[in-house]
Amino acid sequence: MNGPSHRDPPPGEALPRLLAGLGPDGGTLAIGEHLARWGVPDLRAARTDLVDRLEASGLLGHGGAAFPVATKWRSVGAGSRRRPVVVANGAEGEPASAKDALLLARSPHLVLDGASLAGVALGASRVVVYVPERLVPGVRRAVHDRHHHRLDPVGIEVVGAPDRFIAGQETAVVNALNGSPAVPSFAGLQSIRSRGVGGQPTLVHNVETLAHVALIARFGARWFGTLGTAQFPGTTLLTVTGRYERPMVVEAPLGAPLREVLQLSSGAKDEYAGALLGGYGGTWVSVGTLLDLELSETSARQHQAVLGPGVVVLLPRSVCPLAEVARVTRYLQEQGAGQCGPCVHGLEALAHQMGALAFHPKALRGRIDQVLELCGLVEGRGACRHPDGATRLVRSACSVFADEVARHLRHGPCQLSSKPAFLPLPAPRAVHSGRQAVRVS
Amino acid sequence: MRRKISLLVNPTTCDGRGLCAELFPERIGMDPWGYPIVAGEDIPPGLLDHAERATLSCPRMALHLIERRV
Repeated sequence: MNGPSHRDPPPGEALPRLLAGLGPDGGTLAIGEHLARWGVPDLRAARTDLVDRLEASGLLGHGGAAFPVATKWRSVGAGSRRRPVVVANGAEGEPASAKDALLLARSPHLVLDGASLAGVALGASRVVVYVPERLVPGVRRAVHDRHHHRLDPVGIEVVGAPDRFIAGQETAVVNALNGSPAVPSFAGLQSIRSRGVGGQPTLVHNVETLAHVALIARFGARWFGTLGTAQFPGTTLLTVTGRYERPMVVEAPLGAPLREVLQLSSGAKDEYAGALLGGYGGTWVSVGTLLDLELSETSARQHQAVLGPGVVVLLPRSVCPLAEVARVTRYLQEQGAGQCGPCVHGLEALAHQMGALAFHPKALRGRIDQVLELCGLVEGRGACRHPDGATRLVRSACSVFADEVARHLRHGPCQLSSKPAFLPLPAPRAVHSGRQAVRVS
Repeated sequence: MRRKISLLVNPTTCDGRGLCAELFPERIGMDPWGYPIVAGEDIPPGLLDHAERATLSCPRMALHLIERRV
């Protein structure tokens, strides 16, 4: 193989790491280029020491929950005699996220390496890559191209995911792979880590997480920490909307000041009304908070925010934040699986109230407290966290945009409320026609 | 170490028939749409009978008693 020898200083000590070798536009990094850049992963070593390496690296999951990867691996199939299933989850139902699709379309071999390494380390009997239908042909081609390099001891299955917000939720993934609709199950009774796909213990990882695994397996924990900070080692992908001409996926070191990552000055306060972090089930923050944040889930939580799957939307002052929130709340209501009463009824009521607040606020008779009461009624009462995401969005909006809320309640809808939507919503279900999502992929 | 017993509603099977709230009002209330809201985590021994009756009476088998050691 023509990869670098191990005596060479390993690549990836400078940014970009996961996005290395990718231009602003262009095609897929072919298997030959991939192996020339990164070398061949050591599958035999994965069996013995990969989980320890991951633990030492401090790698956290990149799908939204920021759970320690090594802890997850150790818990899969603990006490079970059945061999596990490894699933690379690229469903990315979040309309404002494009980083998983970008990885799968442009650098699929990092993801596939990670999936196979996880499969070998856990002794899996199946390795499945679950991606949106539009990406299936490209990923299948990538799997095919790897055959004669013998990188995948267990043949990789590629399965299409429906374009649906909740299709990537962990239990929804398992249900889809078991031939049921891609909607969540109640996880309170049993974990997929003991019984998941085909009744086997199941590890579901976001595709970006697996791409990091592919590099840690090659270069180790110390190398991983050469970017990022001591407390937050490594890098992360972000999908940034509203900052540049079109949505961009950027890779940044963890722990970095967000103002540097986004190239913002204090003048940003005049330009933006606020920012949405963590996606449509995420949190709004003021521009002031955004400028203070460091790139880590811990820093975000200290500011009552979440980074989730790395979604950052800067909302320009030229649009009405309440109209944006109303449309997204309606979208979240439409995207519910319809299984849990409190979510079905609660999100309907919430979408209705937020619609009223944005477009005919007189109907609320000056009262915003009922919106917050409604949030309290819904939280923690679904099988999954979908309703909690919706209330997080609404609660943070009511706090960050308190001035706009007061103005709407006092004077009626603002002039900006009737402008076309700024936040991307999948066209067929959008309530108001407006700007289409620009996919990076 | 002690036993901690709590009630768990499976929201995907529950369809708001309301029997549980009727049988165990000490701990189960109802939201505006008729779905149960469980109050308090730990069920004391004196209330276990009521909790069990509510669990067994649910026509959807959506209510569960969960025992944990803490």
